[in-house]
Amino acid sequence: MPLSPAVEVNGLVKRYGADTAVDGLHLEAASGQVTAVLGPNGAGKTTTVEICEGLRRRDGGEVRVLGRDPVRDAAALRPLVGVMLQDGGLPNTQRAGDVLEHVARMYAAPADTGELTERLGLAGFARTSVRRLSGGERQRLALAVALVGRPRLVFLDEPSAGLDPQARHAVWDLVGELAGDGVSVVLTTHAMAEAEALADHVVIVEHGRAIASGTVAQLVASGGTTTLRLEAAQPLDVAAVADRLGSSFTVTSVGRTACSVSGPVDPQAVAAITGCLADAGTQVTRLELGRRTLEDVFLDLTGRSLR
Amino acid sequence: MSGHRGAARPADRGASAAMPTAAPAARRIAAQGRFETRAVLRNGEQVMVTVLLPLILLAGLARATFISLDTAGATRIDLVTPGVLAFALMSSAFTSPAIATAFDRRYGVLRLLATTPLGPGGLLAGKLVGVLAVQLAQVVVLGGAGLLLGWQPHLAGLLPALVAWVLGTTAWGAAALLAAGRVRAEAVIALANLVLVLLAFGGVVLPADVLPAPLAHLVGWLPSGALGAALRGALLHGSWAAAPLVVLAAWAAALSAAAARWFRWS
Repeated sequence: MPLSPAVEVNGLVKRYGADTAVDGLHLEAASGQVTAVLGPNGAGKTTTVEICEGLRRRDGGEVRVLGRDPVRDAAALRPLVGVMLQDGGLPNTQRAGDVLEHVARMYAAPADTGELTERLGLAGFARTSVRRLSGGERQRLALAVALVGRPRLVFLDEPSAGLDPQARHAVWDLVGELAGDGVSVVLTTHAMAEAEALADHVVIVEHGRAIASGTVAQLVASGGTTTLRLEAAQPLDVAAVADRLGSSFTVTSVGRTACSVSGPVDPQAVAAITGCLADAGTQVTRLELGRRTLEDVFLDLTGRSLR
Repeated sequence: MSGHRGAARPADRGASAAMPTAAPAARRIAAQGRFETRAVLRNGEQVMVTVLLPLILLAGLARATFISLDTAGATRIDLVTPGVLAFALMSSAFTSPAIATAFDRRYGVLRLLATTPLGPGGLLAGKLVGVLAVQLAQVVVLGGAGLLLGWQPHLAGLLPALVAWVLGTTAWGAAALLAAGRVRAEAVIALANLVLVLLAFGGVVLPADVLPAPLAHLVGWLPSGALGAALRGALLHGSWAAAPLVVLAAWAAALSAAAARWFRWS
């Protein structure tokens, strides 16, 4: 029997005054899987997750969390759902270990705080007050707080922001294990590596809408495109290359002497590109063909301009 | 041994397959109350304003006879103790939770705890339990010090004093939520301390009639002056001070309604 989704969001709308933060967003997070909500800052990721957590009211659309309404059924959902907020939400004046023990007391059968402390390396600062913790220590404590109730579903808002590589891998291992235990995970991130490492399913969000979704493999394979990266000894005439290739390719300059080409890169296309450079008397110093990465997909979809 | 992926996991993982449940509400609220109380008692400034400052006021006004007081026939300690208790209850119901809650709001603590089984209602109930626990400590310390200094409270006044305590705590606690929910955290520090100090001598610690007449009239209508007058009426004269109690009840209702309307969690 297929399990019903852990989270279902249909046509979600949220406005802050005249500003529409979430604009008809659709999202489905499968039960027992890791779903990454990927998007640039300000895309509406946090607002969407906070509506699912019952912290904000929606202005339109349908939201079901574990089959229930996040506002009307809030009391029933709270024991089942673990939350890690982007801004932490940890009481500054209390000791780290006390905060974890305190939240554990809210549950009838909490996880073993000693085990969580060990897994996330909290022991070294358990007696330190939250205000004196580093950013990474705070993130790990916030994750432990989200997991201490043995939730069936966890929302992790930017879980590895500010972590050093060791701590990041400790967090990733733990998140991977959660899914192995049948816990559903919804995480927001703008780190491609995190989505690639963890997610069974990725939803790319931009301007309050989901603009693409699928497994990482599906997303990078979409459109049958390949990426060609090229570096030259002299400045490149990117416009001439784009002209020669035609409209089924996207050519993006990377500095003055390099560019990346995405599209159906076949042998004729490679010949056209190098021919164009030969005509201009430009020497190719490096030419690399490869599958697109999630980052390529993301940048193609969301644009390359800074926001 | 079956081949599915959960089979090799440690035995305690089996428990996670059961639906997690919340601890009973009373235990959650009690835990939050202890957490809040500990936060106050561990914080030097909070102990200063809720216990030490009132204690200094009590001893100072009772013993420093170079400050002349019109006691209208009562002993100094009998006049001063109810007023100092009123001041102390204001500091624990208003100043201390206003500052703590303002910072909890800024750092997202209110939102995070609201997503746990404690919930928003349990969080507010826990904060109330925390305030009452600190107040109990205040009554024991200040009442005990008063008795040592010769205070003889009117026993018939215990019930009206209790009513004044509850109404005053409701009014000032609601005012704390209103400030914490609307004002920036740093500004709440200034506001909450300023209000306490400015109002302390506006009919709280000492009767309003030591003030110039127009001011004395005004402070009787404030929740501070009314609390002081109601507690003095109860503990000094053993009576129900009707006007101050009515004023206090009106403030409690109005401030509670305002807090329910304007408090913000984030």
